[in-house]
Amino acid sequence: MNERLGKLRQQSLDTKPRISVERAELMTEFYEHSSEPASPIKRALAFKHLMENKAIYVGDGELIVGERGPAPKATPTYPELCCHSLKDLQILNDRKKISFAVDDQTRKVYEDRIIPFWRGRTIRDRIFSEMSEEWKAAYEAGIYTEFMEQRAPGHTVLDDKIYRKGFLDFKVDIENAKQKLDYHNDPDAYRKQKELEAMSICCDAIIRFAQRHSEKAREMAQHETNPRRREELERIAEVCSYVPEHAPRDFWEALQAYWFVHLGVITELNTWDSFCPGHLDQHLFPFYKRGLEDRTLTRDKAKELLECLWVKFNNQPAPPKVGVTAEESATYTDFANINIGGLRQDGSDGVNELSYLILDVIDEMRLVQPSSNIQLSKKSPDRFLKRACEIIREGWGQPSIFNADLIVEELVHQGKAVEDARSGGISGCVETGCFGKEAYILTGYLNLPKILEITLNNGVDPRTGKKIGSTTGDPAGFKPFDELFDAFTKQLKHFVDIKVRGSNIIERLFAEQMPAPFLSTLIDDCIVKGRDYNDGGPRYNTTYIMPVGIGTLTDSLAAIKRHVFDEKRLSMEQLLKTLEKNFEGHELIRQMLWNKTPKYGNDDDYADEWLKAAFDSLYRVISGRKNTKGGFYAVNYLSTTCHIYFGSVVGATPDGRHAYEPVSEGVSPVQGADTHGPTAVIKSVAKMDQVRAGGTLLNQKFSPSLLEGELGIDNLAHLVRSYFKLDGHHVQMNVVTAETLRAAQANPEKYRDLIVRVAGYSDYFCDLGKTLQDEIIARTEHKSF
Amino acid sequence: MCTIACQTKAREMAGKRVKVSDVMEEIEKDNIFYDESGGGVTFSGGEPFMQPVFLQNLLEACNERRIRTAVETCGFVNSETLLNSGRYADLYLYDLKVVDNETHRRFTGVSNEVILKNLRQLSHVHDHVIVRFPVIPGVNDDDANVFRLGEFVSSLGSVKEIDVLPYHELGIEKYKRLGMVNRMPEVEPPSTSKTGAIVEKLEGFGLRVKVGG
Repeated sequence: MNERLGKLRQQSLDTKPRISVERAELMTEFYEHSSEPASPIKRALAFKHLMENKAIYVGDGELIVGERGPAPKATPTYPELCCHSLKDLQILNDRKKISFAVDDQTRKVYEDRIIPFWRGRTIRDRIFSEMSEEWKAAYEAGIYTEFMEQRAPGHTVLDDKIYRKGFLDFKVDIENAKQKLDYHNDPDAYRKQKELEAMSICCDAIIRFAQRHSEKAREMAQHETNPRRREELERIAEVCSYVPEHAPRDFWEALQAYWFVHLGVITELNTWDSFCPGHLDQHLFPFYKRGLEDRTLTRDKAKELLECLWVKFNNQPAPPKVGVTAEESATYTDFANINIGGLRQDGSDGVNELSYLILDVIDEMRLVQPSSNIQLSKKSPDRFLKRACEIIREGWGQPSIFNADLIVEELVHQGKAVEDARSGGISGCVETGCFGKEAYILTGYLNLPKILEITLNNGVDPRTGKKIGSTTGDPAGFKPFDELFDAFTKQLKHFVDIKVRGSNIIERLFAEQMPAPFLSTLIDDCIVKGRDYNDGGPRYNTTYIMPVGIGTLTDSLAAIKRHVFDEKRLSMEQLLKTLEKNFEGHELIRQMLWNKTPKYGNDDDYADEWLKAAFDSLYRVISGRKNTKGGFYAVNYLSTTCHIYFGSVVGATPDGRHAYEPVSEGVSPVQGADTHGPTAVIKSVAKMDQVRAGGTLLNQKFSPSLLEGELGIDNLAHLVRSYFKLDGHHVQMNVVTAETLRAAQANPEKYRDLIVRVAGYSDYFCDLGKTLQDEIIARTEHKSF
Repeated sequence: MCTIACQTKAREMAGKRVKVSDVMEEIEKDNIFYDESGGGVTFSGGEPFMQPVFLQNLLEACNERRIRTAVETCGFVNSETLLNSGRYADLYLYDLKVVDNETHRRFTGVSNEVILKNLRQLSHVHDHVIVRFPVIPGVNDDDANVFRLGEFVSSLGSVKEIDVLPYHELGIEKYKRLGMVNRMPEVEPPSTSKTGAIVEKLEGFGLRVKVGG
């Protein structure tokens, strides 16, 4: 990387995240004075107020400009969604990991103005007041989490439309849609009119936001003494005066247009998780090619501009989270995940020269944000996969690898058109969606080992003694084993019913009270339908529930089947007593459960059969239920850091796991239970019919020595291709020894730069909580193929 | 048995009795990986030819299922058995440590006459043999041995490849666990430059040489 990027990158790494009160203040000011009743218009005007008044930042040496806060890493809050208390602010400031500096001025503004105005009026307050007692009881017991309680429904990715159209063009589209409104026959016509007007206001707002950057750059150019920088500032001014008002004309403008759109989306609401450009290599390729042809661009210049964009992503920590949400997603990462390669809409190979250039950028930048992945199809060249494997071998967890062909199949299975499916991909960690056309909202994780625990206690949570589940019978009476599994499925349905009922209410709250008119301009078919992103405007609307701990569940079921039912070495009563005592005084029984049970991850059908059974139950209970937006519920297996939180509320489990230890993550086997090498793991995991999930997450850990040389790369590439032949969705690798990780735990100051793969994203090892660090160390390290 | 009684897996059996069908079931689990990588099964040891009939049956079974096979051998085996297996094995990984008979006898306790003869005969009937040369400092890394080894292998005609395997210390821990004495505690892995020099010498004989493998 050149000197400019070296500096910008270092600045981004060195700057500590802090809370900026700017957005909260502007939002409060607007709401205090606004008498606008219609919610889309009100939200549009609030957005405009932000875009017109927030501080404009153009940093030294930058080529791509714009920040969400007033400066890099100055992180806004969203009081209309979740208003932090003074105590929250104190916690954010003081906590050891994922902290945000809060200065006195911020605290004072919160105390005097933000808290008095928003307390009791936030979406978070409304959610908790609308939820039933049983919903709250299950939530407090740690059966599931709720993504919307501090954030807004985001989770979508852009397609190529902003490279073809400017916001003036979108305004024309909006106007056309308005012209077509049928006030005589469509009872929703007026509602649609308001939504479309709101979108139009947002278009003006983002254009103005860009122009303010242009003005700032031009003013800075006038005072700039360095002639080279002056020229750059003038160019920035020109770029920002043209995009995103108009469609971009060249590579630079294309990147800057994206970045303004990105800032708009993440400023309008806290959409968290995922908003990103999607297939960046495919979108930018026409600009790249043209630039090289007419000699207005070089490979190096393109790389420099891309790297400037990478720094911008890294400058935006995920907005601060507290409580359960902080536990399920304990990271600064906001999960923008660039898709490279994949397929084109016509089904041809999507890998191009820019795909390789972007891989070089990833390799050079080594930033946790943006995250990156390759979309590998059977048509992708081996060179592409091997280049990615080389970067993976360096050991910091990027890029992850996805099966582009399976993703198409998953989306088509969900009922989407094949062209839309091909231009889709993944976002966040592993979530499948149609880019530019779908709202695919994650609503919360589901704690499978906890549901088993409650089944084994006939509906009672043994941690609190409260009855929160349904009465499925005394487990001592279950005979044969299938009865136990049926009881588990009943409990599962009981809790999913509660969760879905809650999510359907929350969906309406956002649809009616917290629309997102700016985001709506960007996702098909919101404009044509005149409906908001949060209200079924997108062509596809999917609501995901994410089961966690399927490995722990499978091993627990296999252990009960083997020792209680098949070999009868233990009665159900004995087992339950032992679990209740957390194996105290029963270490031999624990050892038997842990060591003498066939485990998931070893290509052993005795265990894997229950993986398949659990997967099928989850599919049957969750998938295909209608949501409130014309779409459906679906399952998706990721865990972020939630396997730590979920473990902390689950007592000892029949697989020999001690109480409150982490449960398994993603669809990976229980940490250390897979002892037959990576090929056996892949065979086991592939027994799930992954076409029917909206994403699965598999972690693998390798000794660095295993991947040495060309042979190591070849072997890794073959392993990946084999998994994908078996219809695997995703795999990610840690290439680091347990020894290194232990050393980093002991001497964090020496390992500040150590980045590891967590579960769907990479993070600084030293930023992780101790339990999560231990969990990663405990994962099986493959030393041979 | 104590391994069954021990729940902690502190004691484990190092081996078990299996039938050809058991092994084939295990082998076939990895079919997808053989197809993808062009790989297959390697029969290794100890010395697989110590169980010649079992090995022969497995090779035949693999052959029938179109699974590629490799056999790793020290060459100190019955010539007829070795040559017979050639119909079914796709590849031999043939260990060659020392060419000088006296030195060989000194370090291994046996003459290498059979080993050299077997290798020569095998090379006449099979066209895919890779010689594996474990480099043990102070034992067989001298210029004379390397030279004679290169000369011998290149004289075979059909053998074109040598894998140089530098001595490593992974066995030390195993000796301890098995209660055995490490009889060469002073030997250390050869340096990269030393290994490189050996590779260069062998390449001088027109052989394809790889480190590791």
